Amino acid sequence: MGDLLVSTQLNGLAVSAPTVRVKAVDCNVYYGEKQGLKNVSVAVPDRAVMAFIGPSGCGKSTFLRCFNRMNDTIPGCRVSGKITLDGADVYDPQLDVVQLRARIGMVFQKANPFPKSIYDNVAYGPRIHGLAATKTDLDAIVEKSLTKAGLWDEVKDRLKGAGTGLSGGQQQRLCIARAIAVGPEVILMDEPCSALDPIATARIEELIDELRANYTIIIVTHSMQQAARVSQRTAFFHLGSLVEEGETQKIFMAPTDKRTQDYITGRIG
Amino acid sequence: MAEHAHIVTSFEQELRSLDTRIAEMGGLAERLVDQSFEALDKRDTKLAEIAIASDRAIDKHERELETQAIAMIGRRQPMALDLRQITTAMKIAGDLERVGDLAKNIAKRALAVSNEHRPKQLMGGIQHMTEIAQRQLKDVLDAFAMRDAAKAEAVWRNDGQIDDLYNSLFRELLTYMMEDPRNIGLCTHLLFAAKNLERIGDHATNIAETTYFLVTGTQLAEDRPKGDTTSSTAIGGK
Repeated sequence: MGDLLVSTQLNGLAVSAPTVRVKAVDCNVYYGEKQGLKNVSVAVPDRAVMAFIGPSGCGKSTFLRCFNRMNDTIPGCRVSGKITLDGADVYDPQLDVVQLRARIGMVFQKANPFPKSIYDNVAYGPRIHGLAATKTDLDAIVEKSLTKAGLWDEVKDRLKGAGTGLSGGQQQRLCIARAIAVGPEVILMDEPCSALDPIATARIEELIDELRANYTIIIVTHSMQQAARVSQRTAFFHLGSLVEEGETQKIFMAPTDKRTQDYITGRIG
Repeated sequence: MAEHAHIVTSFEQELRSLDTRIAEMGGLAERLVDQSFEALDKRDTKLAEIAIASDRAIDKHERELETQAIAMIGRRQPMALDLRQITTAMKIAGDLERVGDLAKNIAKRALAVSNEHRPKQLMGGIQHMTEIAQRQLKDVLDAFAMRDAAKAEAVWRNDGQIDDLYNSLFRELLTYMMEDPRNIGLCTHLLFAAKNLERIGDHATNIAETTYFLVTGTQLAEDRPKGDTTSSTAIGGK
């Protein structure tokens, strides 16, 4: 492996394979006796968007929630297998889950801003994680996060206003700003646009495109078109198993597995 | 074609109607090639007129198929096989429309040479080319209808045959023209007829490539050797 790397560099042909940021190996999830996820392995490359698609109940959201241990809070839920972030075990008992969730942020289907001001929604995370030493530092983090989330120009004059007073699309971008504020490496998105109109959806998709330069993003979506538009890789889940994972273009142009084709084209399988 | 049916019945029907239309266009194109050759061979001006008129039906099919396909892309936002079916139907309709034009052009030449003599050997060569072009066209339309990638690939590999025939006919026509300048008018028309048949063969090859992509989702990668060498053949040289 090391030799190979050296030789390709010597040839001046270094086509660096994308670094794997998040990796799952033989992941199983049980809800009591019922198995929700079966032996799923996937490698998510750095600075890329991976889409999880599949019918309701296929395990895609269950799997997404494994990455930042959101399943820990569900009674009777048991996760086995290995998930790593930059090579480090996410399920290490020594690991601080709060810290983990700062590194792996999450955006939900329904925008869920805190019942606080726009400013405090974004400032909350940096405050509890002690990321800002002074008020000026905190102001800077808030401005930067809102700018990255494409919301700054719309809210800069009303930072004291309630986060819940924004439109649905703005609230969702506020939640993204909130996730960004604590400096994550990975952002998990669980159907982030399903409650939004096409314009607000386009804004979020444009944002995902921009965020890809700095973050690894995993998105669960029921919209095939959205998965095709925003992701570089797509994974199709069915009945708790990973059926097919590959380049998005390949999956939507010529998938290998018949079950994938039947699902994305709306056929009776 | 062991594809499952769509949950949305109307989409399924629309996709099937694309196939039906391609089959109709293919049938019309095959008949047009047949009529054009008959008209040219038998000096049958009436048949030539019929052939020329029937090209309009193919053009109409192509326009309607294109309109339908664009509407389907807009309304259904197709993926995977569906997307391939719709885009390839558009491409194949375009190829068949060109086949119709080329055959119609042969029919027009049949009118132009109706009072000329009939050089038996040359017509034999053109007949042979017509038969091969028709067979290629028929085989590729079958391959499309059956979603048979192997058959499509066989058509694709077979195109060299028609190119070889064209090359030899080209030389024969040149010789004939050099023997007696009074043959030049007739031979020029026959040369164009032969060239049209060679191009009909090329369109069959295009349809073969398109069909292969439809079925497999991948392109036929390698370059097919180009068989028409007449562009670089020196006239009167050694």
